[in-house]
Amino acid sequence: CARAPMYDFQEELVIRPLHSGDIYASFQFRTVWDADFMGDQKVSHYRLFPKSLGQVITKFSVRELHISFTQGYWRTMQWGQPYLPSPPGAELWVWFQDTVTDVDGTWKELTNVLSGIFCASLNFIDSTNTVQPSASFKPLGIGNVTDHSFLRYATLPREIVCTENLTPWKKLLPCGSKAGLSVLLKSEKLFHSTFHSQAVHVRPVCQDPQCRTTSMELRQTLNVVFDLHTSGQGKREWSLFKMFSRTLTEACPLASSSKVYVDVTDNPQVRPFELSPATPLLTQAVVLGDRRTYSVYDLTQQASFGSSRSLNMLLRWKAADGEMLRPLLHSERYVAGYGLQAGEIHTLIYNHHPYRAFPVLLLSAVPWYLRLYIHTLTVSSKGKDNRPSYIHYQPSKDRERPHLLEMLLQLPPNSVTEVTVEFERALLKWTEYTPDPNHGFYVGSSVISALVPSVVAMDTNSTLDRPLFSSFFPCKEEASYFMRVYTEPLLVNLPTPDFSMPYNVICLTCTVVAVGYGSLYNLLTRTFQVDEPSPGLAKRIANVIRRFRGVPLL
Amino acid sequence: MATAEVERKRGQLAALSIAVVVVLVGVPLWWRTTETYRAWLPVNQINELAELQLQLSVDVEVVFSRGTLMPEQQKKVPFTRTQEEAQKVDDDTTLRYRYESKYRTANIMEEDALKQPTAAEADLSLHTLSASPCGSVVVYVIPETSVLLPQGVDVYIGHRRTAVLRMGAPMSVGKNHKQLLAHLEPRITQVVQVMSFSHTDITAALSDRVRLSPGSKESLADSMRSFKSSPGYEITFSLLNPDPKSHRLDWDIEGAVHSYIQPLLTKLAPLANFSIDSQILYYAMLGVNPRFDSSLEAYTLNADSLAHVINPVEARLGSNAASSNPVLNFLLYVPDAHHSPLYIHDHQKQPVASNAFHSPRWGGIMVYNVNDLYGRGETPLPVNININMEKVMGVFLAQLRLMLGVQSSPAPPGFLVEPCGGAGLADWELDRLMWSRTVENVATATTTITSLAQLLDQIGNIVINDNIASQVSSTVTSLQLAVAELEAGNLGFALQYSKEAILASERAFFDPSLLHLLYFPDDQKFAIYIPLFLPMCVPILLSLIKIASEARQRRKLKQSKKD
Repeated sequence: CARAPMYDFQEELVIRPLHSGDIYASFQFRTVWDADFMGDQKVSHYRLFPKSLGQVITKFSVRELHISFTQGYWRTMQWGQPYLPSPPGAELWVWFQDTVTDVDGTWKELTNVLSGIFCASLNFIDSTNTVQPSASFKPLGIGNVTDHSFLRYATLPREIVCTENLTPWKKLLPCGSKAGLSVLLKSEKLFHSTFHSQAVHVRPVCQDPQCRTTSMELRQTLNVVFDLHTSGQGKREWSLFKMFSRTLTEACPLASSSKVYVDVTDNPQVRPFELSPATPLLTQAVVLGDRRTYSVYDLTQQASFGSSRSLNMLLRWKAADGEMLRPLLHSERYVAGYGLQAGEIHTLIYNHHPYRAFPVLLLSAVPWYLRLYIHTLTVSSKGKDNRPSYIHYQPSKDRERPHLLEMLLQLPPNSVTEVTVEFERALLKWTEYTPDPNHGFYVGSSVISALVPSVVAMDTNSTLDRPLFSSFFPCKEEASYFMRVYTEPLLVNLPTPDFSMPYNVICLTCTVVAVGYGSLYNLLTRTFQVDEPSPGLAKRIANVIRRFRGVPLL
Repeated sequence: MATAEVERKRGQLAALSIAVVVVLVGVPLWWRTTETYRAWLPVNQINELAELQLQLSVDVEVVFSRGTLMPEQQKKVPFTRTQEEAQKVDDDTTLRYRYESKYRTANIMEEDALKQPTAAEADLSLHTLSASPCGSVVVYVIPETSVLLPQGVDVYIGHRRTAVLRMGAPMSVGKNHKQLLAHLEPRITQVVQVMSFSHTDITAALSDRVRLSPGSKESLADSMRSFKSSPGYEITFSLLNPDPKSHRLDWDIEGAVHSYIQPLLTKLAPLANFSIDSQILYYAMLGVNPRFDSSLEAYTLNADSLAHVINPVEARLGSNAASSNPVLNFLLYVPDAHHSPLYIHDHQKQPVASNAFHSPRWGGIMVYNVNDLYGRGETPLPVNININMEKVMGVFLAQLRLMLGVQSSPAPPGFLVEPCGGAGLADWELDRLMWSRTVENVATATTTITSLAQLLDQIGNIVINDNIASQVSSTVTSLQLAVAELEAGNLGFALQYSKEAILASERAFFDPSLLHLLYFPDDQKFAIYIPLFLPMCVPILLSLIKIASEARQRRKLKQSKKD
């Protein structure tokens, strides 16, 4: 008889004041369950792990599942790197177990079920927007799977995220929205922000340092950026209450750890802002290649709440702050060209590292109705041709699958690398147009995955008790860290017909046919008679005179 | 003049030939190109099935033990008899019950088995002698003086498909063969009705087809309680913890399911597929605030307010994402320290012994009070509590039996029914369930398939794919097989076919290709056709009318000339 499975639940909130005056709050909830989802035995008794998600994972033999819903675009140059990047709209990528035989069928069913669970239009994911990346999306959990036929990736850039997606997401939390950090998740404030992203990540992780047994990890993350001007009324003064219209009073009783971190890295020297109530607890963590200092509020300690029995952190700026560390990697993408026939997609990738070159993987999935001319693909950096060391290109098939272009690029230090490819717009059938076709068609974000050289030594010991926000991407070496950057989605206009045209065409053709037919019919059926030509005017007058005179008529 | 006449004739001929071409070529072409694809459906067979004539056959074996038959009667044994009974349920549905009884005397081993000290042991050893097939009944007739049955008990029904019947006093039985049968037959029929089916069960199973006359409120409630027949069920146990700050709950659900629920479900495996799961929900509240009763020093929930308990909880339960089978919910609610103990009161304001209630076709809720485990207020919160699963599962098992329709209808007087043992279900109870489920499946599948046929008949614009046609035909075949197997008395096969029928019929009925029907309203169709049809048809019609009127005039002229 096996011992009862162990559970662990942690919750965490990180607050990072941004240099633009906005504020970034990132929630992470992590449930770990020592159950073997990949074994033969069916998992059916759930405790902290949500049953609805667990059933889906069991039924569809999912190895890893990553789903995110994002409203707004993360501005890397203003805000720096997010803890967990996500593209605008919905993104879903799934690694199936190698026991799945019909991966495409399972994927279709899975997207339908997930769209029911999260109240989203994930059911619009079909073969025309699904790709199998060959290198960009490696499993984040344990297991070194290389056969990418078990991987499916899809984005829906047009997906609008709102309250109806947040409610089912909150239902997956053990404490719901009743206790702990999740009381702050009120939709009226969360969606009154410039950036909102919520995600669910399920993956197998190691149970112990030797990795003899595995457990299932569920991470629910929610990132939100509050705007200085719309939510902050232009004052650089933030508090929990001002952001979420709630304060914290208790930790979730089921959580083994419940902490709030505030990024105070710049504070010791420059002191740009003041944090109250002050906390003696400081911790350092290496996040995204940088050593940051955080003030920690441990909600499991009664002392954190003070005499008022509620925690309402206040950050008040005293001075205009200094320069932000420029992110080492960022990118831009746009469509060039004019007219409705041809165009060009430009992707610019910036390496801001002063002296180190590093490789990046660029993935773009382009819908079939933009027909890429792959022979026009050019990659150049610093005015010179930059030949990719690896290219994986899968051409599209009309109405069946999109283009997939993946390449490995070496970015020279302090440079801009430009990738351009020309395309031609296809004509759609009149039922294939989306509602409001004049708005344009979205092309999902390109994904840039990179191992960026780190300024400080990264922490490679994965078992060490680290804050959740710094432990999502596994780190294999000290000198570099993994990072993913999403470009802007594109909005492309396609030639759009006048949709009342079919009826006009029918009417016009029918009229033409009817006119032709009518004259033909007339010609065929009319009776022709030889008619005496009527006498001319002079003759008639002459006849009148002749009648008077009694002379025979002419 | 002559040329003008020829020319007129030519014009008329041209108009006529164009009309002929339009009728012979144009109309069929238009018809063929705008036609919707409709595969052939076995409409006649569906209509035959709409008039359901079910015949249920039961094999009954009556075994006389030594000392029950007079010598004169013994000469006639063995023999067989067939009894038939027809019942008309409504205009479209007729039921016929057929009892095929085989009478024989007991062999030596059976005699030995019947000599066991108690009825239960006799039942077991009779079972080891011969296993009777599914759906059949064996009745052992023992002498009046036998001590096998306790005083006052005439009929004993065990765990299997056997019953033991006391013969009755010799003078009341009579001497000859006819008298014997007249004495035994009504009693055997009674036994069979308990062990396989009764007319009320079958009509209740037909409720999908037949609008029953509103009977008593109680019987209606009974018939509404159990779940509809379905090829699979999901059973979900949920532990509701309204306040994880005051207590931390744990339950050994794996072990409890294994030892209490699984045996019953294994037994029910031929009927349907079951899957079990469980979850713990935190901060899950009941929808009503219990009232504090100071005389009892406890909180109480009235029977009237129970209806409002479920809805808020249901929102948290979550639907089963991975299947579409009906879900049976069993909820265990452990009230928090400030609201316990909590008792459920019935309509008579008396506390319910099990402290549980069930909601028809939904599941059951049990309240589990743990306030006595808190100690005297010194223990720090939260208190760790392990739930006594034996107590909980006893209640849930009883509710599960109700929900699945395993009825323990009160036995007629003089009957002794052995209480269900470890498996939770006797063989004959399973048979009973199989009879009614088979009839229910047949009824549901016929209703589904006839309404689908009607719908397709009414709306001519629906495209019928070959896929749907094949599903419909396989439904019809399975239904015919199921009816035939019922007639032959092969209950197991009948159930199997009826399940196939119901699956195929649902698949055909809910096929998504039926939804996006190519349907245009008639006015729009006319708007599209008029620009073409009007200019084409008007000249043709006009010239036809002209030709007709000229012909009539000419005939009139001829007539007048003749006159």
